Amino acid sequence: MEALSNKRKVLEAKPLNIWERAYLPAIVKGMGITLKHFLFTKAVTISYPEQKREFSENFRGMHSLKRDEHGRERCTACGLCALSCPAEAITMISAERKPGEENLYREEKYAAVYEINMLRCIFCGLCEEACPKEAIYLDGDIVPSDYLRKDFIYGKDKLVEAPLNQ
Amino acid sequence: MGTTDIIVKLILIVVIFLISLVVAMYSTYAERKIAAFFQDRLGPSRAGPFGILQPVADGTKMFLKEEIIPANSSKFLFIVGPSLAIMTACIGSAVIPWGQTLKIGTYVLDLQVTDINVGILYIFGVVSLGVYGVMIGGWASNNKYSLLGAIRAASQNISYEIAMGLSIIALLMTTGTLSLKEIAAQQHGWHWNVVYQPLGFLIFIICAFAETNRSPFDLPECETELVGGYHTEYSSMKLGFYLFAEYINMFISSAVMATIYFGGYNFPFMHSLGLSSNWVTILGVIALFAKIFFFIFFFMWVRWTIPRFRYDQLMDLGWKTLIPLAIANIVITGIVMTLFK
Amino acid sequence: MSIFYFVAFLSILFAVLVISAKNPVHSILYLVLTFFTFTIQYILLNAQFLAIVNFIVYMGAILVLFLYTLMLINLNKDSEPMKTNLVKIAAVLGGGCLLVVIVGALKALGVSQPVILKNPDLGLVKNLGKVLFNEFLLPFEVSSLLLLSAMVGAVLLATKDKKTTV
Repeated sequence: MEALSNKRKVLEAKPLNIWERAYLPAIVKGMGITLKHFLFTKAVTISYPEQKREFSENFRGMHSLKRDEHGRERCTACGLCALSCPAEAITMISAERKPGEENLYREEKYAAVYEINMLRCIFCGLCEEACPKEAIYLDGDIVPSDYLRKDFIYGKDKLVEAPLNQ
Repeated sequence: MGTTDIIVKLILIVVIFLISLVVAMYSTYAERKIAAFFQDRLGPSRAGPFGILQPVADGTKMFLKEEIIPANSSKFLFIVGPSLAIMTACIGSAVIPWGQTLKIGTYVLDLQVTDINVGILYIFGVVSLGVYGVMIGGWASNNKYSLLGAIRAASQNISYEIAMGLSIIALLMTTGTLSLKEIAAQQHGWHWNVVYQPLGFLIFIICAFAETNRSPFDLPECETELVGGYHTEYSSMKLGFYLFAEYINMFISSAVMATIYFGGYNFPFMHSLGLSSNWVTILGVIALFAKIFFFIFFFMWVRWTIPRFRYDQLMDLGWKTLIPLAIANIVITGIVMTLFK
Repeated sequence: MSIFYFVAFLSILFAVLVISAKNPVHSILYLVLTFFTFTIQYILLNAQFLAIVNFIVYMGAILVLFLYTLMLINLNKDSEPMKTNLVKIAAVLGGGCLLVVIVGALKALGVSQPVILKNPDLGLVKNLGKVLFNEFLLPFEVSSLLLLSAMVGAVLLATKDKKTTV
């Protein structure tokens, strides 16, 4: 059959000559190549916990609950993040702000308990998009490994940003 | 032979035994590290500085793992297999001359456990015995992959033993002795046997790769076809023994090659430096170990360069190439020897 | 001398085990041990070369091939061919003949003069070679012819019949 394009190349396998059939030159050549790698090429490994590869700009890592410019928690426990979460990883219990706590919470209602199950979370970023108060962002690191399931349920202690003046 | 002699020999045996174990242990580390460097990686680097405690960690892991003996295996032989493998690997070091003599006061210490006058043949016999460990273990596992691995090991070892023996015969024609001590002593200066027997050395080293089941001839434990080959069913330290035996074999065959082809403990200008005989001996031991380590490195270098043979190619190479070449080598050696007598 | 008796006892023990072992693989392994005791006997006689050759050739090569063949045989009890009565009678007759011969030989046994080796180093390679290639050159070469014919026969058996191969 006629080939429609000229792309096909017919390769002719010539019988090996005696030099090629001895294989030793080819072996020596190959060993030279590997030796070059052994001696001169630098390792491409990144030893992970000590060295880190740079994340891309839109990388989504561990969640953090943000504070505003006065150091007050932004979250008002509206529950939109939990509602938007496709993996149902977020739960929270809301509470009313008491007088005298204005420097702690920005809104009158706040999240007394805020938990994300990191084993369920798929890091899709929908909570980030759903939040009307710009309180949650997935701007953290990779979630570290652990031994027990219960240790993957992150509460406010791990999620809330560090206060401003500390 | 007095009591001191016996005690000294015993100490020497223990020292050599320990050295071969430590070298084998660190060969596992070196293999991983060297493989990593060949592939532009770092290799083990967590246990201790540069990962030098890795073999200790591996060994501990091996000891602590659960020991599994398959229910339908032949239990006694299942245990005999790895024991035999490691034993035959260890006893080969007995006839290798590690150095000349040390004079401590009036006592003259010979750095060779025993000088039997059929030294090379002894090494050869021990190597050929090594296949029993693999065969018994593979058969006793009662697993088809193990059995195939064992069968491959047996036929491979026997095929390459012939070429190896023939290459040694050519060497023996030039040296005229079977004692490793005399062969080492004859190579004083630059009269290394590899200069006189280049083809013989080439055949010998190829056969050494096959006898130690190292890549490119590691068909008995070919993962892609046979799971783990003869040690598929093994776990814990019994598996460790098999792996360890391979590294000890590598060490011993490196030592043999260094001794019979590369001058053993001889190093250039050893008597023109004006050192005392003890220092010459110590430097000689260091020279021998440098050669051994080079060969171990060479074994690994080949492993991480050349892909594995196919089984029929292996047999073709052994029977149709190496054996005729070895016979031709004998004939050439004979002709040259009669011409230049 | 006591070493000799101990090793001789071991040889006979293992030899008996070779024929009494039910599993053929076990009996081959006992045969290996028997040959190993022979090697020790050779060393006791200061015949180092013979010892090591026995070690390499018999233990290292021939018995490995035996084992190799046996491993491939199906050792299931059901596949074992039934022994007919004729075979059993023939076996009894043969065994009886052997017994008669042994008893007769033992009866005719006289105590011979102990042979004293004139040269204790006869078993070393150099001396053995000199004897072999001077006094016994003809038998040596004839035996090599025998081996050659065996080899040719093996090759002939292994090569395929040209008619059957297409």
